[in-house]
Parts: sequence; C-alpha cells; structure tokens
Amino acid sequence: MAEQTSTANAWPANPADLIPASRKRLGWGLLAIATLALLAIIVVQILYKTEMSTTGFDTWRPVIYAYVLWGIALGAWQVLTRGEDGQRALFLLPALLFTIAMVIFPTLFGFYIALTDWNLSSFTGRRFNGLDNFWQMLSDPYYRNALLNMVLYVLAVLVEYVIAFALALLLNAQIRARKLFRVVFLLPLMLSPVAVSWMVGKSLMEYRFGPAATLARHLGWNNPAFFSDPITARISIMMLDAWTFIPFMMIMLLAGLQAMSREVLEAARVDGATAWQTFWQVTFPLMLPVSVTAVILRIIFKLKLADIIITLTSGGPGGATDSVSSFIYREYRDRSNVGYGTMLAMAYLVLIIVFVTWLLKLASRFVRNVN
Amino acid sequence: MSIQTTDYTVSEIRSPAAFLASRVFIYGALVFWSFVCLFPIYWTITTSFKSAVDVTQGHLIPFVDFMPDWKGWRSLGLSPDSIFQTSTVRDEFIKRFMNSVITSVGASSLAIVIGSLAAYGLTRYRYKFAWFKNEDISFFFLSQLILPPVVLALPFLVLYREVALLDTRIGLVLLYTLMVLPIVIWIMRDQFNSIPVELEEAALVDGLTIWGAFFRIVMPIALPGMVAAFILAMVLCWNEYFFAALLTSTDAKTIPVMVASQTGSQGINWWSMAALATAAIAPLAIIGIALERYLIMGMTAGSVK
Repeated sequence: MAEQTSTANAWPANPADLIPASRKRLGWGLLAIATLALLAIIVVQILYKTEMSTTGFDTWRPVIYAYVLWGIALGAWQVLTRGEDGQRALFLLPALLFTIAMVIFPTLFGFYIALTDWNLSSFTGRRFNGLDNFWQMLSDPYYRNALLNMVLYVLAVLVEYVIAFALALLLNAQIRARKLFRVVFLLPLMLSPVAVSWMVGKSLMEYRFGPAATLARHLGWNNPAFFSDPITARISIMMLDAWTFIPFMMIMLLAGLQAMSREVLEAARVDGATAWQTFWQVTFPLMLPVSVTAVILRIIFKLKLADIIITLTSGGPGGATDSVSSFIYREYRDRSNVGYGTMLAMAYLVLIIVFVTWLLKLASRFVRNVN
Repeated sequence: MSIQTTDYTVSEIRSPAAFLASRVFIYGALVFWSFVCLFPIYWTITTSFKSAVDVTQGHLIPFVDFMPDWKGWRSLGLSPDSIFQTSTVRDEFIKRFMNSVITSVGASSLAIVIGSLAAYGLTRYRYKFAWFKNEDISFFFLSQLILPPVVLALPFLVLYREVALLDTRIGLVLLYTLMVLPIVIWIMRDQFNSIPVELEEAALVDGLTIWGAFFRIVMPIALPGMVAAFILAMVLCWNEYFFAALLTSTDAKTIPVMVASQTGSQGINWWSMAALATAAIAPLAIIGIALERYLIMGMTAGSVK
C-alpha cells in the first residue's frame, strides 16, 4: 500500500527481506478475514434494510464497529507484512481512515441526497428526482440573495484586515503593558460568538434601552434600530463577526511584524524616510505574505459564517442578513427539506472550492509579483 | 561615516510635542480598542446582577446606578442562597455544561492524538499511497478546512439517524474532531519540522524503535505545540454552534445551543440570559488568559517563517 524510502534512517537496508513468509501470510490472512467480515456485515445490513432478509441489526452502527476493526486489521497487516515501513504507515493511517470515513462517504452520500426529493416530515420518504432540486435552486431568489450576502460579508474582511493591521502596529509600537493589551485584544476570539452576539445584539444594541442605541441617539441618529432595515442589519452582523475574528488576524500580523528584521527599518530611517513612507515602502510590502495568509484564512472562516445570524436575526429582515449556511439551516429547521437543502449546500461547496482555488492562485501570483 | 551617525541621532530625537502627540494617540487608540473588547463582556457580567428595571433603563455601573442582585444567578440555581437547594434549572445547566466539556475535551484529545501522529509521519517519512505523495496527503488534510459545516450537516443528520448517533455526545465528538483535525495537523507539522531529525537518528542508533523514538524523544519536545493545538481546538469546539444545533435535541445539547434557545414565551429574561452567557464564556476566558502564550503560538504556527 505504501512504498517509502526512509529519510530518518537508511539502516537496516531493507527490512522487508527479514520478514518470514509465515508472518506475511498471517498478515494477509488477517486483512482478508477483516475485509470479508466488513463486506459481509454490509451485505447483511443492506438485505435486512431492503427487507429481503429477516436477520440483521436495527441500526447501521455495527457497520461502524466493523469499519474500526477493519482499520485495526489494516494496520496489523501493514506491520506484519512490511515491518518497519508498516510501522511508519501506522502514523498516518488513523487520521487517514478517520477523515475518509467522515468526509468522503458523507459527501458522496450528500450528492445522492441532493438528487432526491426528501422531506423528513412527510411520510412519502425519499424519492429520486434527478436535477429538479438544481433547477429549483437556480430560480430561488432567496438563495441568490444569500450568495450575494456572502460576497458582501467576504468583502468586509478587507475592512477587518485594515483594523487588524492597525491594532498589530499599535501592539508592536513601543508601549508599556504590551502583554496586558494583547490579552485584552485577544479575548473576543475566545468567547462563544453565540453567547456574545446574544448579549450584544439583543440587549446592548436593543432599540429602547441598549447602551449602544443610547450612544447612537446621542451621536444624532434618531432611530437607532440596528436590525430592522437591510443595510444596517448587514452592517451590524458584520460588526459582530468582526469583533470576534479581528484578533485572529491581528495575532498573525503581529507575529509577522515581530519577525521583521530591525535593520531594514533602521535603514529606511537612516535614508530619511518618514514613518508614513517607511510603512508603505518597507513594512507593508514585507508583510504581504503574512497578510495574504491571514486574509485567506479569515475568508475561509467567513465562508462558514452562520451561528451569529441564526441566533440574532434568523436571516431577517426579509432574508437581508442571510448567509448561505444560515439559509440552509432554516430550510431544514423550518421545512425539514433535506433533499433541497443538501443541493444548496453542495452547490455552495462547488462554488467555494472554485473560489478558494482561484484565490490561492491569485495570492501566490500576487505575492511573487510584489516581492 | 560620522555624518551618517549624526543623521541617525537627529532623526531619533523628535520634538517633544510630536513625541507626546504620538504617545497620546497610541495610548488613546489602545484604550479605545480595549473598551471595544471589554465592554460587551462587562455588560454581560453586570446584566446578570440586574433586575428588570435596571436592564430596561440601561443602568451601567453597579452600586452607583443600580444595586447588584443575585437575581440572574438565582434563576440558574447558582446564587449563594440557592446553591444548596434543589434546582431543576441548575441540573439542566450542569448537564449542558458537562456535555460541552466532554465533547470539546474529547474531540480535542482525539484530534491531537491522530493529528500529531499524522503530522509526524508526514514530516519524517515519504509516503506513497497509489499516486498520492506526501504533499497530496497534506493537502488532502488541510483542504478539509475549506469544507463548510453546512455541507456535512444534512448528510450527517441522515447518517447519524441510521447509526443511532443522533443526539449523542460521541456523534458530536467525531464531528468536532473532523472540524479541528486540519488545524491540529497544520500546527503539529510546523512543530515537528522545527525539531532536528538528528535527535531521532541518535535514538534509533541507541536501539529504540521508531515508535519508541516518537514517544520518548519527540513527544516531550513537541509538548508545547501539542498544548497550543489543544487549546485552539478547545476554543473552536467549545464555541461551536452549527452542528450542535442541528444534531442534538435533548441529551447531548451543548451550552451554546442552550444559550441560543432561551427565548421564553413572555419575552427574554435578561438577567438569567446574562448569567447563562457569563457561565458560557467564563471557562474559556479563564483558560485563554492563563494560557494566552500557547494560543498565540498555535495561531501563528506556520504563518511566519
């Protein structure tokens, strides 16, 4: 299965030669038995569930146990037949088997669900309906709206980046109590977004008595309703999300700033550059690789945005703050529409993969060009 | 040479006024942002000690604006006078809290174990599974980071029902492990790369097996990285809402789901809501402040070379 050339030690030369044939037979036998057992249990289950036989288990859980045992047998087979190379493969196997079981299978299954008309609350059950969900999706104004919102939310990352960079510069300046400020600035990241957005969104920004609303009134905004018209509601959501995640970018940028060599900055100052010039012509270009990493990671997290929206606005007013995730969540919660919801999710996955791949390509070219 | 030196010192010493202005600006900005970070937390904590009137009138400072009261905590059964009485709400809360603890610790531990092993293998050995080489395997693991929860949520809902894992802690642990695994592998790969290979070579020459070398030589050195990865994983799992909201209903509900489901029929009980929110954020705030160093180490892994 795995052919390795060791880098850590090239000695003993080829351990495979030293393994007796009986041990190899044992390994193969074990793997064969485990594979047969796994397949047998799956076949029995399928027959039972399709009511073609009467023996079987109530749930599919035994299949999971069989899979785990099969994984163990696979590891034993590696060690028995391939000796030290097998032991090396053992490092990777658990994570690999786990991820394959948890991602590949459910995703494939998801593509199948996406092609069915399946409402969990109706009694008709699952019905294959081909691309119907897909055509429905194309003409769904709410889904398109959610996608548009995602574009806006992703664009908001740029603003977050500017703020995070400014904060990183502040923390990198000659200041006292740097550690204290760093802890304080980091705090929002650790707190449950649901709990905080609840407290902030529903009471701090409450229309009648919330301090934020009172402050807004003092600043001359007569009608400080943060969640009632589409644009303000979007901005409020962006702000709450930014509050949580700015520290994340800030810490990465701060690490970048601290890793920068002092000499370059000194040299710029010796050449008579002002602070402004130093920043734009030295600091910023040098920080580009870190910045790009931070922004891309942040965008990836942003694409998953859901919890704040679900708890605060449930997409309202009129779907104005919906992210794709929160929209699909409600599609399931309110209508139990698994088939259609999964189609939306799968379409989103494809869009994300295309977008992130493009982003990574763009980023690598961008960084190369500037440096 | 001497001219340059003078130049340097001249630019170093700016006018006192400019210096003072820049100090005022820097500290002003720092204090302002500290306020932005802390005020919501302050608001949450103080609200848990307010009565209805104090909330609706927007009172802010305890003892000046309003008299603190244990109302919120009493409704959770956690105030000094109610802590020894039986309270169904407290039992409920403790159950949710323990669910959160078990799922996040369980998932983080599992992810650390299998993630560290995989990261170690990937940094030390060359693998070839069919046509997949090390880089492809690494990319496969890290690409899971892109996968939005919503893609897996509905298939898992159906699959978990079939395998009787819906509304169980184990089910959540497995999903959370999947969620944090890419991050753990990312951090640990960086960590193992920074450990010189010569150490293990020496151990192998001394007769340790490769697994012995891993456990006795490499693991102790990589421990700080593991702590960092663990803390970061903890933060993500503890705060996770999406999967928990979809896949749990009565038994395995976690704290964030409990917080989000607090809208009563007769409006919101701000005080109990605030007490609950405080209890939800307190553990991580404490861990975060105590182990801030590791958290930063985890977040900056691999980003700065």
